[in-house]
This record gives sequence, structure tokens and C-alpha cells, in this order.
Amino acid sequence: MSPSVPLQEMIRAIRSARTQCEERGVIQRECAAIRAQFRQADNGGRSHNLAKLLYVHMLGYPAHFGQMECVRMIASPRYSEKRVGYLGAMMLLDEKQDASLLITNSIKNDLSHSNQYVQSLALCTLACMGSAEMCRDLAPEIDRLLRASNSYIKKKAALCAVHIVRKVHDLGELFAPAARSLLAEKNHGVLHGAVVLIIELCERNPETLERFRKTVPDLVQIMKGLVLSGYSPEHDVAGISDPFLQVRILRLLRILGHNNEGASDAMNDLLAQVATNTDSTKTVGNAVLYETVLTVLDIKSESGLRVLAVNILGRFLLNNDRNIRYIAMTSLQKIVGTDHNAVQRHRGTIVDCLKDQDASVKRRALELSLALVSASNIRSMMKELLLFLSSCPAELKAHSTSGIFNAAERYAPSQRWHIDTILHVLTTAGGDVRDETVPNLIQLITNASELHCYTVHKLYRALLTDISTQSLVQVACWCIGEYGDLLLRGECQETEPVQVTEDDVLDALETVLQSHMSSPATRGFALTATMKLSTRITENVDRIRSIVSIYGSCIDVELQQRAVEYNALFKKYDHMRAAVLERMPVIEKNSPGHTNGESMGDAIKDIQPAKMKQGEPLLALQPANQVCDLLDLLGGSEETLQPSPATGPAVPGLLINTASTAGGDLLDLLGGLEPALLAPAPTVPVYENEGVTLTLSCEKQSDTGLTVTLTASNSTDSDISSFTLQAAVPKSVQLHMKAPSGDSLPARGTAKVTQMVVLNNPNKVNLKMRVRISYSSQGSAFQDTVQIDSFPGLNAAGH
Amino acid sequence: MQFMLLFSRQGKLRLQKWYVPLSDKEKKKITRELVQTVLARKPKMCSFLEWRDMKIVYKRYASLYFCCAIENQDNELITLEIIHRYVELLDKYFGSVCELDIIFNFEKAYFILDEFLLGGEAQETSKKNVLKAIEQADLLQEEAESPRSVLEEIGLT
Repeated sequence: MSPSVPLQEMIRAIRSARTQCEERGVIQRECAAIRAQFRQADNGGRSHNLAKLLYVHMLGYPAHFGQMECVRMIASPRYSEKRVGYLGAMMLLDEKQDASLLITNSIKNDLSHSNQYVQSLALCTLACMGSAEMCRDLAPEIDRLLRASNSYIKKKAALCAVHIVRKVHDLGELFAPAARSLLAEKNHGVLHGAVVLIIELCERNPETLERFRKTVPDLVQIMKGLVLSGYSPEHDVAGISDPFLQVRILRLLRILGHNNEGASDAMNDLLAQVATNTDSTKTVGNAVLYETVLTVLDIKSESGLRVLAVNILGRFLLNNDRNIRYIAMTSLQKIVGTDHNAVQRHRGTIVDCLKDQDASVKRRALELSLALVSASNIRSMMKELLLFLSSCPAELKAHSTSGIFNAAERYAPSQRWHIDTILHVLTTAGGDVRDETVPNLIQLITNASELHCYTVHKLYRALLTDISTQSLVQVACWCIGEYGDLLLRGECQETEPVQVTEDDVLDALETVLQSHMSSPATRGFALTATMKLSTRITENVDRIRSIVSIYGSCIDVELQQRAVEYNALFKKYDHMRAAVLERMPVIEKNSPGHTNGESMGDAIKDIQPAKMKQGEPLLALQPANQVCDLLDLLGGSEETLQPSPATGPAVPGLLINTASTAGGDLLDLLGGLEPALLAPAPTVPVYENEGVTLTLSCEKQSDTGLTVTLTASNSTDSDISSFTLQAAVPKSVQLHMKAPSGDSLPARGTAKVTQMVVLNNPNKVNLKMRVRISYSSQGSAFQDTVQIDSFPGLNAAGH
Repeated sequence: MQFMLLFSRQGKLRLQKWYVPLSDKEKKKITRELVQTVLARKPKMCSFLEWRDMKIVYKRYASLYFCCAIENQDNELITLEIIHRYVELLDKYFGSVCELDIIFNFEKAYFILDEFLLGGEAQETSKKNVLKAIEQADLLQEEAESPRSVLEEIGLT
């Protein structure tokens, strides 16, 4: 076995090892020697051995076998051994180790040692790693030392008490009286310790805080002494007298003055003095100023003082030192809610900090900029924020995008601006936006009907450049599907129109469909968009047909289902295709949890108004509604489509999703309708007045379903226009009205208007229907109501 | 203060003082990650960073990084001053201190730190007093060591 070497030689040996393996070898040999030495009786080298072990421990090697040696060395009478022993205890033992309890007795003895340096060791160790139990045991000792000892020990005892209070909150009461009397000491070290202790006590116990409020005048005195006194070489740091103590006292004043008028008044003058007199050329001066500003802003200070504080922060913002700028922004963030205008004055500097190289400064500047956005500065701020987004560090991107969206939503000066901003964000940072962005943007676009042409042009161009950002591609596909005809028309007021052919547009969509970069959701969007175009283009419908049939055998189940259904639309239900694929209506923004089922609360399920306009939006709504109702998404036919909460997809997705999940139902319903249309049904007149006749026939679809057909004719000599029918049914019955065949009744019964109503009566209640007829004839409006109590083909109970 | 770390530009730990109870494993993990984070920062960057839920204040002196973790309500600028004060103390004690001094006399660096900070807070704000106390303690240590060897020579342990 190689002989052990004194500490420095060992360190030299370890450092000269050229490889990790060699180093491990040296250390293993050394550790073995140390272990052997520990087992031997007391020899001269004990402290050296432990020191070696501590070095090895710092390098990262295990050293737990030294724990007991530490315990033994602490108990040794020799100072040199105690010193290293306590150091070892602080490094190797912590409160989680069992061995730490063994040193409690030694510490207790050493706390009353005749030599203050031994006492100091014990105090230091207790304050560093004392467990709650040890603290409880030794608290009375510490209290004794706080009262009667020299200043060297008092200052250490004070900080030891701080540790004890942090570990065992109840013991705070024990130290309060002693802490109070320590404030009268002259020694800076003791004062500093006392202030730290009082801060700790006041933060934990509001009663103690009340009691210590009386010390405010004393503290103000002490501070004044520090600030105004002459040069004191012992505590001077760059012209500031004991900045550490000043900062502590300011912090205590902050706690005592918070929410208390009296205390705050007492310190106003002092704070003003410190704020104006402190030299701010060096960091140390700024440290004191910073603490002063924090205190002024947190207590009930005079407005003049507050202005002074904010101005100091403004000066900090212009400081060359990056640290100071960072500090300033952190503080401004705290007061941007309360002193908004004051902070707004510095907006320019803050926005400049967005361009700083440092990531911490950037983060602070971003938070502050977002808080400073308002209706008046939205345009300029957004320009800066978008510029920032393009060079933003990755960890801040998600936060920036959501902040930008919030700001845009609250203060957008125009819809076009809003859409432009969102598109810009999607192009720059589309990968980091939240999921709701896509449906939100789509909702925004549908609302801005004058901008459809402009939007689709922009999105088409974006799609041609890059298809990697999923959110952008999804919105683009949706828009092209909806407004593709505007694209093909080749004219646009707001922006340069593109000259594209139908093939070009289909190419773009097909690229998205086939690309590996597209997520399954995106491909779904693209397929639906392609399908929608089949009603908006004229020449290439066959191409669409072939695309759709190819995807009928796609591996992705979602795409496959969609493709199969679209195929069905082409083949069996081609007559419905135009209606199904018509333009979407304006989507209203519903907050989550809001249902349209409120209408069910009414006693009589009141008019489910079917505005029988010929307007495009509603035609699409009818088939959508028939599907919605199947899923019990209660909505009046003029209400909006409720996004399905479970899947949360974009609204167009809903149309198709519900079609796919109720896929069978959709086809079944369509299948069910045909016989209803073809088979003759008994007709009963239900209303006749002023030449307008209404007849009714019904056909049972299922156990609870019923289709009612109302036919209206006009036997007068003048034409009737704006003919509308509205219907109401009992509460539990579901009703929806199909599109009427028309709204004008020509004179002398030359043509009729047919209105189909589908009813669902799951509870099999007595079926009644109230119909309101309104129309205009010869320039005047007419309205009438009729109640239908019996339906032909059903028995009296309406079953 | 929660902890203080000193490490070289190559990431080797030269001193670690922990004021919060953590297991060895956790300490190693924190050290490794923090050292990586700090070393990755460029020279002109801010001395403060938010890391996990703590505020980190660091400063580089020659080849050593001095890194402190403070609580959220602590004053960062005064922490920079505390770091500076510690460096001054080391400098005065070792006479123009360099990294090698701290490597070969690591226990002395700890003793000096323990005279300046206690339980994570500054205990003595006068440089002179700290150095005086260290001097006295060193004397005490020498006295303790030399009589022992004399006694051993005589044959009494």
C-alpha cells in the first residue's frame, strides 16, 4: 500500500493524472489509506486526512465513510481538529443524515466554550445545517448568547436565530425581545444581524410586525447616521457607508411601512434623502437606490416621492450597464398595473430593449411591452412586437405569440389589420401558436366578409411559398375551399389579384395533400377544401372526383372516411352537393360552455324562426342542422354551429366530422327522405284565409320521427311575396324546418310553395304545432297564426 | 442565499456552499445543470438570470465563476457586492489570489467564507474585522498544532 501524502501533495497528484482512469486510481488509493487511518487510534494526521477526504468529495467521489470521523473530530479538544471536523459536518452531513443528530451535544458544549472561535464554529455549523430538532434543542442557548456575549458572538447568534426561526416558526416569539434590544448596539455586524432577524420575525408573524413598528424612528435614525455621516473607512464601499446595512434597513422599513400610514409618514423624509443623495455611478450606489425605490413603491408614500422613484427607474433604463436595465424593467413590471401612465412615458426605451442581445433583458422587455400596449399605441407597438418575433429566442416564442394575439384581439383598429397581423404571426412563428388560433382566425375571416377576396389572395400566396407551418396551411386550405371562386375570378380591390387557373389551385391543394410535412389534420382540411371547390369551379370537377376516389383507400382512417362520403356525394347525392357545399355562414363566437339550448327553457318552445330567406348562408345551414340535431346539439336554425367540445376542431371540421360520425345517419336520413318525397301522403287543409290556403300532409319516418309537408297556395288575383312560415312545437319535440321551395305565391294558384318540417318526438307527447304565416300582398304585410292539433296519418295522441 | 458555487471555465467545481438541505444527488444535478447554463452565456450578458424558481447572480473573475442563488425577494445588485467583497477578502488573505490558491487551500477559502457569511446572510460588513477574525483563528490553529508535536516528542500524547 502506498503511503498517504499530506493534502497538498495529494491534490498535486490528482491534478497531474492525465486521464480520468488514472485520477480514479489515485483517488481510490488515497481513500483506502484514509479509511485505514480513520480506523487507527488518534494520530497527528487526523485533520489532514479529513481535509483530503473533503477534497475528494468536492471532486464528486463518495465520501460517506467520513461522516463518523467528522463527529469524532468535532468532539476533539483540539481547535485544528474541530475546525476541519465542523467543516466536514457542513459538507458531508445534512439534516437528512442520521449522523447529524450525534453532533448536537458537541455543538451544545461548544456554544458555551471559553474560546469565542470555538463558539463561532458551533454557531456557523448550526446556522448552516441545523435540523428542526437540533434547533429546538439549542434555541435557549442561542437566546442566551444573544443577550450576553461580545459583539463577535452576538452577530453570529443573531443569524443563527434567523436560521432557527426559518426551521421552526414558533420559536420566533422566543427571540423577539432580544432582537429588539439589539437595535441599540453600535457594532455594524450586530446591527445587521439584528435587522435580518427582525425582518424574519415580522415576515412570519403579523403581531410581531405590529410590535416592531415602534422601532421605525430608531431605524430612521440609524439610516440617517449612515447616509449623512462623514467618511468611515471601515465600512465604506465606493463612498457609500455600509451599503449592506443600508439595504437591510430599507427592506425592514418597507415591511413596516407597508399598508401603514403612520410608519410610512415617518420614513418619507429619509427615503427622499437617500434617493437624492446616493451616488449612482457605481453598482453599490445603484443597489441602495434600487432598494429605496422598491420601498417607496411598496409603502404609502407621498405622490412626489413616488414620482421620484419612477424617475430613478427611468434613469436606470438608460444606464449603460445591462444589469441595471434589467433591474429597472423588473421593477417597472411590478408597478405597470398601478402607475401605468408613469411607465408609459418610458415605453420607447423599453421597446428598444427588445433588441438587446441578452435573453433575460429580452424577456423582461417583452413582458413590459405587452403590458404597455393600449388602444392608442397599438399600431406602432405591434410593428415592434412583430419585428421582435422574427428574431425572438425559441423559449420566448410561445409567450410572444399568445401575447400578440391577445393584444391584437383587444385593440385591433380594423379587421384587415387584425387579419394581417395574425397572418404575419403565422408566417413567422406558426409552429409556436396555440391550437385555438386556427378556429379563431377562421371565425375572424368569416366575419370580415368584405375582405374575403383579399384574405384568400394573401393565403394563396402564402401557401405557394411554404407549406410547412401547419396552422397557416390549415387556414389557407379552408379559405381556398370557401372562397376559391373569388380567387379564380382574377380581380381584387385590396390587393394584386392572381391570375390562376383551376388547375393551379387544385395543384396547390394536392401538394398539401400529398406532402410528408402535412399533419393528418392538415390533410383533412385540404381534402375538404378540394371537395368544396367542386361547386365553385366549372371545368375540372372530374379531377376532383378522381382525387376524392383515390383517397377512398387511404390508410388514414379519417381521410378515408371523408373521401368515401364525398364520393357518395358525387354519386348518389349529386343533387344535394351544391347545398351541402355552399358557403359557410358567419360564425358567432361562443364562449366554451355556452349552449344554445337556452331556448329549451321556454314554456312553449317558441318560434324556432326559420328565416326563409333565399340567402346563401342558410342553405348550407339546413343540412348542417339536420346533422346537428341528430347529435342533440340544440340550436335554432338561425343559431350558430356549436363547436363540438370533445374534438375541438375548426368549424368546417365539425360539418364533416359530424357527417362522418353520424355518417351512416346522414345517408340514412337522405335515404329516408326520398320515399317521403315520392310516396303520396294524405293532405289535410289546415288554414284558409284571404285566399291563402295551407295544406298539411305527414309521413312517419320512425317510431319518433315524422316529416310534415306544408303546402301553400294563393287563389287571389294578386301575387304574394315574402311568404314565410314559422312553426312551434311542444317542449320535448324537436323540430327543424327545411328550406322552402320558394317565398312567392303567384296569383291564381299557378304555383305552390312547399315547406318540409321534420319532427322528432322522443317522449311521445301529444303532438301539436302552431304555425305563423306571414307574407306581403299588394304592398301590405299580413300575419296569421294557426294551431294544428291533429295530424293525418297519426292517431289522436299524435303517435 | 440558497447556495454559492465557484467553478472554473472548464466546469470544474472549486467550492460549493449549500445553505439548504438537499440530497447529494440533487446537489450534483443542480450543479451540473447550472454550470452548463452559466458557461453557455456570452461575456457581455446580464449577470442575472432566472433559473428554475430561483434568481441566479453570477460574476466571472479571471478564470473563476462565482455563482449565487438567491431568493426572489433579495436584492440582486447587493448580491453582486457580496460576491465582490468575498473576492476582495480572498485577495487580501492570499495576496493577489488566483485559482490555484483556491484549489490548493480550499479549506481556507471555506473558513474565510464562513467568517463572512453565516446561514446564507452577511455577518460582518467590515472587511477589516473579517480578516482579523481569520487571523486570530489561524493563530489558534497553529498553537493547537505545535504543542501537540512537542508533547509527542516528549512521549506524552
